[in-house]
Amino acid sequence: MEELKKTCLYEKHIALNAKMSPFGGFDMPIQYSSITNEHNAVRNNVGMFDVSHMGQVIVTGEQAEEFVNYLFTNDVSTIANGKTIYGMMLQPNGGVVDDLLVYKQDQNKYLLVINASNIDKDLNWIMLQNKNFKVGIENMSDYFGELAIQGPKSEETIQKLMEIQLSDLEFYSFKEVSYRGENIIISRTGYTGEDGFEIYGSHAFIQYTWDLFIKAGVTPCGLGCRDTLRFEAGLPLYGHELSEEINPIMAGLGIFVKLDKKDFVGKEAIQHYKENPTKKIIGLELVEKSVPRAGYPIIDENNKQVGTVTTGYLSPSTGIPVCMALVDIEHSTLGSRLFVKIRNKDFEAIVINKQFYRKNYKK
Amino acid sequence: MANVIEGLFYSESHEWVKIENGIATIGISDFAQKELGDIVYVDMPSVGDSITKGSEFGAVESVKAASDLYSPVSGTVLQTNQDLADSPELLNQDPYTNWIIKLENVDNADLAGLMDADTYQNKFN
Repeated sequence: MEELKKTCLYEKHIALNAKMSPFGGFDMPIQYSSITNEHNAVRNNVGMFDVSHMGQVIVTGEQAEEFVNYLFTNDVSTIANGKTIYGMMLQPNGGVVDDLLVYKQDQNKYLLVINASNIDKDLNWIMLQNKNFKVGIENMSDYFGELAIQGPKSEETIQKLMEIQLSDLEFYSFKEVSYRGENIIISRTGYTGEDGFEIYGSHAFIQYTWDLFIKAGVTPCGLGCRDTLRFEAGLPLYGHELSEEINPIMAGLGIFVKLDKKDFVGKEAIQHYKENPTKKIIGLELVEKSVPRAGYPIIDENNKQVGTVTTGYLSPSTGIPVCMALVDIEHSTLGSRLFVKIRNKDFEAIVINKQFYRKNYKK
Repeated sequence: MANVIEGLFYSESHEWVKIENGIATIGISDFAQKELGDIVYVDMPSVGDSITKGSEFGAVESVKAASDLYSPVSGTVLQTNQDLADSPELLNQDPYTNWIIKLENVDNADLAGLMDADTYQNKFN
């Protein structure tokens, strides 16, 4: 096995006595105190995540916009400079290479933020698509560290501690700021269903800022609650709700695939799949208390397997057992009755909207 | 460091058991609850179920993961701790006072192969 990578905040996690676990090739903090407490800190107050494992790639050149639009499902030509946009890179068959955020600095310069587990695969993929283009592709993953500051008090906390004006920064917008002698990037984005920000800068800056926020009493939050938070908000995790086998239409993310724009990788396959859908990611609520977990089978009334749980929890915010699951399309209608197999018992479950928690974005 | 109580017997899978008058009281160790983190659900068998030593009889679930429970002894389920149905976090607060199940028709000979407090302490702490 390859040795696990460490983020620039690794020593700080150890000093805080975090429970560490491998994620996306990195040794990452899962929790510091308790997943539930950290979850609640983000829902009710503010929490800070080390997300320096995420990858960053900068695409530059006169063809940058055309190139990004060719390998990305959303349309970057329609957004203004300083805007961030979510979407996927697809294979020609519509399978998802990765889901990512794209930051438009200007039409000749884009920053792509990709999943840690996919950095090498994505880079190869991006290089491969460059054969008919002439853009600069720079992997900045080892340069950038990244913090996510999330929760209803994130704006006031950052403004106070970093003295950066954020009230004018709109949802899915970013700005570059000069801070302690370097240019950092801060965007109003996140992965929790709450208002929040993601901040990119050098390792030295990230370490300094982490300490600054910890000293001010901001709750450090691990990947454990990052997953419960994104799950409750109905947001997908690559490898669970999106993958090379689960396309964006199955995942209910069709609005991020702009079929009306010019040719892009995977467009035809998605057009075709939309006309003949076979599977869908749904939300399920269990009637009785238990905990549905990723990988558990979903069966119908005749004990036939019709799907699999992709992520599930006893929702920390509501205490209700809920999951997302990939099921055959004929079982995806809201209100349908299915069963989750948990330790050889069948638990009745009803198909519901997969946003288990109402998002509190500041738009 | 995890707390270990004298007078209980411990399994490799971190259950504890105490037998009094043919009735076994079973729970999980402090080491187990610390490893699991916030416990949110305890899956328990039904009263009257018969359970054999080493077999799975339920699960303790934290936010992130399910951990199966294995019975350290054989017997018939006499009682399940209903306090845990409403407040599973009691297992985090005190895993020794908050037992999970009680079995009857238990044979003391089943304690063979389990660890006493010192052995368990040395092995897992």
